[in-house]
Amino acid sequence: MTRTVLSSASKEVVIGFDEPFVVIGERINPTGRKLLAAEMKEGDYSRVEADALAQVKAGAHMLDVNAGIPMADEPRILAECIQLVQSLSDVPLSIDSSIVEALEAGLAVYQGKALVNSVTGEEEVLERVLPLVARHGAAVVAISNDETGISQDPDERFKVARKIVERAADHGIGREDVVVDPLIMPVGAMDSAGTSALNLIRRLREELKVNTTCGASNVSFGLPNRHHMNAAFLSMAIGAGMTSAITNPLHGPEMAAVRGADVVMGHDPNCKAWIRAYREPAGDGEQGRGGRRGGRRRRSA
Amino acid sequence: MADNESPANESPPEDEGDVVLSELDDGDLLIQMHDDLYDGLADEIIEGVNILLERGWEAYKVLTDALVEGMRIVGIDFRDGILFVPEVLQSANAMKAGMAILRPLLAESGAPRMGKIVIGTVKGDIHDIGKNLVGMMMEGAGFEVIDIGINNDVDAYLAALEEHQPDILGMSALLTTTMPYMKVVVEALKDKGLRHDYIVLVGGAPLNEEFAENVGADAYCRDAAVAVEIAKGFMAKRQGSAAAAELAAQ
Repeated sequence: MTRTVLSSASKEVVIGFDEPFVVIGERINPTGRKLLAAEMKEGDYSRVEADALAQVKAGAHMLDVNAGIPMADEPRILAECIQLVQSLSDVPLSIDSSIVEALEAGLAVYQGKALVNSVTGEEEVLERVLPLVARHGAAVVAISNDETGISQDPDERFKVARKIVERAADHGIGREDVVVDPLIMPVGAMDSAGTSALNLIRRLREELKVNTTCGASNVSFGLPNRHHMNAAFLSMAIGAGMTSAITNPLHGPEMAAVRGADVVMGHDPNCKAWIRAYREPAGDGEQGRGGRRGGRRRRSA
Repeated sequence: MADNESPANESPPEDEGDVVLSELDDGDLLIQMHDDLYDGLADEIIEGVNILLERGWEAYKVLTDALVEGMRIVGIDFRDGILFVPEVLQSANAMKAGMAILRPLLAESGAPRMGKIVIGTVKGDIHDIGKNLVGMMMEGAGFEVIDIGINNDVDAYLAALEEHQPDILGMSALLTTTMPYMKVVVEALKDKGLRHDYIVLVGGAPLNEEFAENVGADAYCRDAAVAVEIAKGFMAKRQGSAAAAELAAQ
């Protein structure tokens, strides 16, 4: 049983085969968000703050922080955003950049055990990122592509993932600290993208025994009604063994799919989280729920 | 233990610190026990029951004031759609943990009971979640419950009635194909001249009031909370008329 333990200064989250699915909020990312990019570049992090709080409130277990703005001081901005988000919330973070210096700056200020997003199978990237991850005792997202690009062949992507896991071990990083992103392709572009993703997720879990993550919304690229397509994919991917995703927790269908899949997988005892998320809220002026008067006791166990 | 052991790290419950049950006075302890039943905390209910007994409370008073009253509140919120099945099952399990302590004491003291019910799912039907819930809520309301399980034919019902002499017979069915069997049981009771010895209550998802009337039951119970209310109502009438008969005989 593989457990990837991530933490902030005060909170632990576990990605694992027998754990509830971990939702990593994707919103703090200026890619494709012109306004956010401009603000972040000017040092205005008000939107970062709002995005962090809203995602945690919506049920994100972790947050991804990305500061990939062209022509900007990405290492500094990423570090500042990480410090800001850590001051607002206790969820562990995924430090997201394709620039090694930015990852380094982020890790330097991070409190706890971070998820570094990401390393690929490219030689140069492997040899720069993995020592950094090892030095900081972090975990890392492994993207299953290499110098040759993203292979259409799931077997090739599996081989790249295995290579990264083996190389991580050489650097003293255990397989429990490598979370593989199998790269989900749009089903709108290739009919077999869904089944090959599910097969790959299964193999990664059973043969390589690693946790998995993905950008779930890729699957629905170019299609109408994307949220429900993402939701269908998430449910099935969880059934196949996927253990986390970088996605938008503000989207109801995706979150319902994740929570429902947790129940079906037996990872939500007594449907507690499901009921908590979907119980009709108490009306105005009513305190707590129904006949319950006092505060909740802490379970002594 | 990881914080995401339950996936909803969202809005954690308000936490007012740990409560030491033994430091509460009787009134506050009862209120806390009602909340603990509501939250399905079996260990805390066991502790609360033991504290009340140590303080010299009669088992029957612990049953009625702590457990029955707590389950009454649970029943109301279940009926109103505020609580859901997994939560009521946890409450019922906490109640049962308390009952396990009280049961032998109640038997010793010959304490009064609300009434006795034989309950079971009809022949051909193996569904028992609803039936179990009714049984537990009945027990929570102070009834003695004899659960004869699933797939009961007429003989099984008659044997249980003969053996336990209950006030109430409860029948459950979850299928349109099995629910007509209730009529078979009621007809058998009529044939044997036993129909008026028992209050017959029926329930299950596909049933309704019209069906209950048609099979000759006394009432249809929409859910477990309603079943308890109806059972109590019939028992009050029954005890009322028994008392009246006694008076008339004097």
